[in-house]
Amino acid sequence: MEPKKGTVVGVTGNMVRVQYTGDVMMNEVGFLKVGDQRLKSEVIRVRGRIAELQVFELTKGIGIGDEIEFSSDLLAVELGPGLLGQIYDGLQNPLPELARRCGFFLQRGVYLDALPAELTFEFTPAAEPGDTVRRASVLGTVPEGIFTHRVMVPFGLRDEYTVEWVAAKGVYSVRDVIAKVKDSRGAVIPLTMIFSWPVKRPIDAFRERLKPAEPLITRVRIVDTLFPVARGGTYCIPGPFGAGKTVLQQITSRHAEVDVVVITACGERAGEVVETLREFPEITDPRTGKSLMERTVIICNTSSMPVAARDASVYTGVTIAEYYRQMGLNVLLLADSTSRWAQAMREMSGRLEEIPGEEAFPAYLESVIASFYERAGVVRLYDGGTGSVTIGGTVSPAGGNFEEPVTQSTLKVVGAFHGLSRERSDARRYPAINPLESWSKYRGPVAPRKVEAVKDILVRGNDVLQMMKVVGEEGTSLDDYMIYLKSEFFDAVYLQQNAFDPVDAATGAERQRRVFDVLLAVLLTDYEVADKEKARGLMNQLRQTFLDWNGREWNSKEFAAEEENILGRVRAASRDPAGTVEAKIKKLEG
Amino acid sequence: MRKIYSKIEQIAGNVITVKADGVKYGELAEVTSRHGSTLAEVIRLQGEDVYLQAFSGTRGISTGDEVRFLGRPMQVSFSENLLGRIFTGGGLPRDSGPSLSENMIEIGGPAVNPAKRIIPRNMIRTGIPMIDVFNSLVVSQKLPIFSVSGEPYNQVLARIAMQAEVDVIVLGGCGLKYDDYLYFKETLEEGGALSRTIFFIHTAADPVVECLQVPDLCLAVAENFGLQGKRVLVLLTDMTNFADALKEIAITMEQVPSNRGYPGDLYSQLAARYEKAVDFEGAGSVTVLAVTTMPGDDVTHPVPDNTGYITEGQFYLRNGRIEPFGSLSRLKQLVNKNTREDHRALMDGMIRLYAQYKDTLEKKAMGFRMSDWDQKLLSYGERFESGLMDLSVNIGLEQALDRGWEILSACFMPEETGLRTEIISKFWPKKE
Repeated sequence: MEPKKGTVVGVTGNMVRVQYTGDVMMNEVGFLKVGDQRLKSEVIRVRGRIAELQVFELTKGIGIGDEIEFSSDLLAVELGPGLLGQIYDGLQNPLPELARRCGFFLQRGVYLDALPAELTFEFTPAAEPGDTVRRASVLGTVPEGIFTHRVMVPFGLRDEYTVEWVAAKGVYSVRDVIAKVKDSRGAVIPLTMIFSWPVKRPIDAFRERLKPAEPLITRVRIVDTLFPVARGGTYCIPGPFGAGKTVLQQITSRHAEVDVVVITACGERAGEVVETLREFPEITDPRTGKSLMERTVIICNTSSMPVAARDASVYTGVTIAEYYRQMGLNVLLLADSTSRWAQAMREMSGRLEEIPGEEAFPAYLESVIASFYERAGVVRLYDGGTGSVTIGGTVSPAGGNFEEPVTQSTLKVVGAFHGLSRERSDARRYPAINPLESWSKYRGPVAPRKVEAVKDILVRGNDVLQMMKVVGEEGTSLDDYMIYLKSEFFDAVYLQQNAFDPVDAATGAERQRRVFDVLLAVLLTDYEVADKEKARGLMNQLRQTFLDWNGREWNSKEFAAEEENILGRVRAASRDPAGTVEAKIKKLEG
Repeated sequence: MRKIYSKIEQIAGNVITVKADGVKYGELAEVTSRHGSTLAEVIRLQGEDVYLQAFSGTRGISTGDEVRFLGRPMQVSFSENLLGRIFTGGGLPRDSGPSLSENMIEIGGPAVNPAKRIIPRNMIRTGIPMIDVFNSLVVSQKLPIFSVSGEPYNQVLARIAMQAEVDVIVLGGCGLKYDDYLYFKETLEEGGALSRTIFFIHTAADPVVECLQVPDLCLAVAENFGLQGKRVLVLLTDMTNFADALKEIAITMEQVPSNRGYPGDLYSQLAARYEKAVDFEGAGSVTVLAVTTMPGDDVTHPVPDNTGYITEGQFYLRNGRIEPFGSLSRLKQLVNKNTREDHRALMDGMIRLYAQYKDTLEKKAMGFRMSDWDQKLLSYGERFESGLMDLSVNIGLEQALDRGWEILSACFMPEETGLRTEIISKFWPKKE
């Protein structure tokens, strides 16, 4: 066989053309030798004896005739205990460690172990010699922060194996051999706590995929009640710049009721990542009492880092998310922003001189986006347990126009759409999710018919508002005006949420259900008011009390008192006979 | 001794092609023609063909001219000697001073490791109340000034250059009108700020490729001063010209355009520059303030749109004033809690009242009767605009806050302002 090697014959931007001998594989990783540096790159097209590779680094200084080594491996990440709490770049280089070695700047060609050999864990064996195991079978466990991390048979081993030897309980390095297994042909394979998996292939070591049914509580009211997300589901957040996409994701990453959060900062501002980086270790997760960082993995490939690695970062993130799903955990992957990833594809496609699709995005944009979101899901594992990956991606449409290709391709494949609007963010109505445009196919914690009843008021209120712009307040009937006031009230006290208030920032599912019933009582009551001035006064008063209530600690004495206060005011102003509103609410139950 | 090539194969736009070997991507070459010599940068390698982007343009270059490769990428000299000097987009002196060649540094270097950045916490005072009070500029922030042709954005930049409390100012001009260049020079000379300023100026008359180098030169120099512990402010004007230069080269290179002719990597190109804004852990900082003129006053145009996604807020300069609505400094929350206790409350309260004043103006224009409250708002709006919004107002933050209270007390009763009682009792001016 011819030896496998290649030399550079062309360079354009971050793409090199290489003449090779032997066989190369699509998406194979190669290392370009430039001086004493080795630059990681990936084969993205092969034509005859010419392979085209995207380079994950700055390409300055590459010359014709430079050599390239092919690795015979696909772009892969290392999976094993110790990933939680880490900050990686798109190629799984640990950034803090890189900073210790290289200083302020990201020096090219430096690749460090994602999980260094110094990392040790206390291993407790779960398998015994003689056991029959297959991929994803548990060999033992190690404690990783708040979780019990399963050390599994690598997912790439597709045979049946007999356990030959398992290490005794004790402390081992992640790179020590902790088990030996024998395959059906008698070859013995040594295993460590770490193995690698190619990022562009979904991890498929499970029995079956299930339908996402459980709601994922984000503790953002407008999301959970109106446009819920399911565990194992997908959702997207498109919005113009400055509408608060990243802030919404930051809030979600803090408050969402999941076990593990993987944050992929893809082509966005470094400053925002720094906020997460510096603040998360200080914040305690109320559910576990430990630092938030212990359940978080950050993959960060900010806008000034090389473009090709941006493409890789999304896949690195989702692969790590899938890995923790294999432990029976619920994982949330937040990708900010998928548009930057799509743009990275567009840049590459342009360099390959492919025929462009709409707005010069490649023709395969849609299928690539679809297959990424399809990596979300609830699965039944081989041991009968379940785990889930939920994917939430932001989209940054050019000019804030949702008709563009990335938003449209994304909308086709997600289960919920949280569209942010400039008008709402300009009016400081945060989170700026537009309640009239957004939708969700999942079921949330509040009874759907109740939600429908309120959405109806919202729509009618908006109609009245549009009409009022033409005919003025004088030309609007009192009844219509009341509907408008009620929809504004609902917006102010429920849809808007103050992210800086310690209590209001996160509303749990139970509280949402309780508050929503009181809200219904306010909205469904027919009030005894003489004129618009009085109506506005009454609703303003109710709004003030309700906002105060939002700031009260859940289940405290003040919480109950404020609730009674609101209901008392409603009863006092009501013209309905006692009990009718309660009956109406009851009917919407279930 | 490096080989000299004397056969140019192709000249298209500002790009020339020669057959050469041993050339590296990003390397510089010197092209000598009858009309003088120009630097050129390697932008594509294809087999033997080397594509070079000529900084001074290709006008007058002959197929028989000499191309000499320098074996190094674009560099700029970095030392204290830069201060007070003026250079072109090619890095050559534009003033009468000597050219500098000591301590050459590369431009367009690698990105800063996010793990070495810190959350910014210091504000940069500018003496412009609409910035200091309402949208504070924060160290390491990157902010564009969205404006349209004809607005005094260069005057604003010049004032900020003179007044901003920083150690070094780097001013980059992309496609600057010659008059504007002279204006900057004279204003800073008169104001005595020249000695802490470095200019990299590409005027509209210069070759377009040099325009592309200006932000990189500025930021490379700024970054190195930052590493020395200096607080650096980079002022760029106008980034739309920079984007247009990118477009020109991309089209010449036959790249597929994405949106209104701009190349698909416009976002990455702009981000690579803006993201140089940084607060180094344990060293200095780089802050970037860049003018972006919006063609047709359209914020959804690709240049302002992509910029908005990259930067941390924006200032709108309209009708000679920094608009309080739309303008946003996304990092102001990090600093305005530590200035004076009334800063945030006064900022919110005054803007809220100003919004009501705008509503009243609309009502007035439609011919509705003005109530007492409307009259109060009208007088407030006028005082606010002349006392704080006018760009000629030049007062420190504390003074501006005091003036804010004076304006409020001249127009309203304390309870009409919607401000919290504790703040009012402490700061409301006492009538003598």
